[in-house]
Amino acid sequence: MRQGSLIAITAALAAGALTLTACGSRDSGDKGSDSGKGDGGSTVVIGVDAPLTGDLSAMGLGIKNSADLAAKNANKQNLVKGVTFKVEALDDQAQPSAGQQNASKFVSEQNVLGVVGPLNSSVAESMQKVFDDAKLVQVSPANTGPALSQGTDWQTKKVRPYKAYFRTATTDAIQGPFAAQYVFNTAKKKKVFVIDDKKTYGAGLAATFTDEFKKLGGKVVGTEHINPDAKDFSAVATKVKNSGAQVVYYGGEYPQAGPLSKQIKAAGAKIPLVGGDGIKDDTFMKLAGAESTGDLATSVGAPVEDLPSAKQFVNDYKSAGYKEEYSAYGGYAYDSAWAVIEAVKKVVDANGGKLPSDARAKVTAAMQDVSFDGVTGKVSFDEFGDATNKQLTVYAVKNGAWTPVKSGTYTG
Amino acid sequence: MHELPQQLVNGLLLGSMYGLVAIGYTMVYGIVQLINFAHGEIFMTGAFGALTVWLWLPGGTTMWIALPLMIIGAVIVAVAIAVGAERFAYRPLRNAPRLAPLITAIGLSLALQQAVWAWYPEAKSARTFPQIEGGPFEIGSVTIQTGDIFLVVAAPLSMAVLAYFVMKTRTGRGMQATAQDPDTAKLMGVNTDRIIVIAFALGAAFAAVGAVAYGLKYGEINFRMGFILGLKAFTAAVLGGIGNIYGAMIGGVVLGVAETLATAYIADIPGMDKFGSQSWADVWAFVLLILVLLFRPQGLLGERVADRA
Repeated sequence: MRQGSLIAITAALAAGALTLTACGSRDSGDKGSDSGKGDGGSTVVIGVDAPLTGDLSAMGLGIKNSADLAAKNANKQNLVKGVTFKVEALDDQAQPSAGQQNASKFVSEQNVLGVVGPLNSSVAESMQKVFDDAKLVQVSPANTGPALSQGTDWQTKKVRPYKAYFRTATTDAIQGPFAAQYVFNTAKKKKVFVIDDKKTYGAGLAATFTDEFKKLGGKVVGTEHINPDAKDFSAVATKVKNSGAQVVYYGGEYPQAGPLSKQIKAAGAKIPLVGGDGIKDDTFMKLAGAESTGDLATSVGAPVEDLPSAKQFVNDYKSAGYKEEYSAYGGYAYDSAWAVIEAVKKVVDANGGKLPSDARAKVTAAMQDVSFDGVTGKVSFDEFGDATNKQLTVYAVKNGAWTPVKSGTYTG
Repeated sequence: MHELPQQLVNGLLLGSMYGLVAIGYTMVYGIVQLINFAHGEIFMTGAFGALTVWLWLPGGTTMWIALPLMIIGAVIVAVAIAVGAERFAYRPLRNAPRLAPLITAIGLSLALQQAVWAWYPEAKSARTFPQIEGGPFEIGSVTIQTGDIFLVVAAPLSMAVLAYFVMKTRTGRGMQATAQDPDTAKLMGVNTDRIIVIAFALGAAFAAVGAVAYGLKYGEINFRMGFILGLKAFTAAVLGGIGNIYGAMIGGVVLGVAETLATAYIADIPGMDKFGSQSWADVWAFVLLILVLLFRPQGLLGERVADRA
């Protein structure tokens, strides 16, 4: 009797597990292998690591979908003969520890030949070594912390710490000063209140902004560090109001930037909040409310909608029927995944149409010379693994949407 | 210093919200000596209860009609979850060593968070909360936001209702008796099981009011909102003297004001500019807690009682 129930439970569990895996494989089948070749070719998995749940999920899901779209398009075009691309996405919840676990998981799966992600620079820090040890190439569409590719002493002496790390986004070493120039020269604001969230990304951005702003002759009338867990910024908002600042610069991401902007305006300081690409998401307006009109954000590259190369991407994304928006990094995620695909193509072509046994190391080496016209413009990497495309754009909140106001290339 | 009145009001408002949630910690502790760490999540489910009511209401309903219904919705959800937790998670462990229900509470807290994350539509990231129309109110140099008006009214009102209930009603006196000595209270004909359920329910109801205040104040709610706020409210309860309902409110206000003033003024003290930012406010709040506990271990309003063996 006892044995009988044991068997029943085991059977039920097995059935459940089978159902789950069946669902899983059908899902990825729908997404990854449209070509439906099945001619004995090999499958290459492109890993995606991004925050798929939690506060930053709007950006993370955009990254996941866009990378998926790149794989689909490569399969449709049969770009690499005999190779079917498949995307496997893991959720890092914007936590470095989760990111590191995901990195180990990707490393342990033999057919993963490249990883797109993560979103956060702090998460990337925890993943870099894992990937580098395994010679598994990583292309981030969104990391902007300069230290990731140029070493911790990047301001004085640039040393590339990890050969397997690449990114299609520009760094804060460019983004912060670009914002400072816009605020000082174009918007003519001379007094700034600088706030950051103490994370790798936010603090780095605030620091590079402050340096350039002071150099231009602007005045920093106050600084604050906020806690990323906090919701109540009323004390900070009151300080901002009484500081006489004409503008607030915030280094951090939209879950805090939205409420911060709202509470600063509610305190009676009707001044714009300026941030980096971390606040350039539609969720920002949802959190900041109608008063956020006039708030500014810089973001890497030119606006995806305006580039002719991006029209195709936007159309494809729409017709693919993804539930979520492609968000701030969609174009970069597409290009990151495409860079992996191009690198795989190089390796396969050089090996007589087949994947070599040491494909990972070869793909990583090939990535250095990848060059193509992507969604966000020309995609190629410099000696540090950084994008050679140094274009940036300032966006302003207008009628509840981020509207590009000025595009440009940063020059020293 | 010209911003001092504004900062005090900021702190008072924040503290009132802590106080509303702290009442639940203090009441449950006062009666069953259990620190209900899931209370922060009961607060969070209350906020989602209010949001659900708002989503059910036809579009264009004014807040004058919607707000009372939302409060009722929040209270129903929070009380149902608190009473369910008491019945199924805590009551079976009532005679177990004290650590067991404490760990259950932590487990329950995580379970509730994940349940909302998994099953509430689009709760994986923040959801916007309806706002009261109308501009801010200015009294002299002090600005009070429309959403905060609710807190200004609700916090003292809740306290008055609670004080009346505990002091004047039969059930309230039964609660006092159970808190003093459950066994004797039982011998005197007090239904202690019922009293414990009521303590959980009342605490949850106040947390629900606090949750609506939170939604109105910040304009958004999410599945993680209960964790930090619950921790702060628990601190407020300890600061005020855990077990004392007035202490919970006072503790909340002291904590809120301390955090706000720390953010605003610590940096102005020479040599302290590194420790004055908002991210240090929590540190100063806990320094205050430690100081109070060092010199007044029973908390601000607590009474020194011999630990019941």
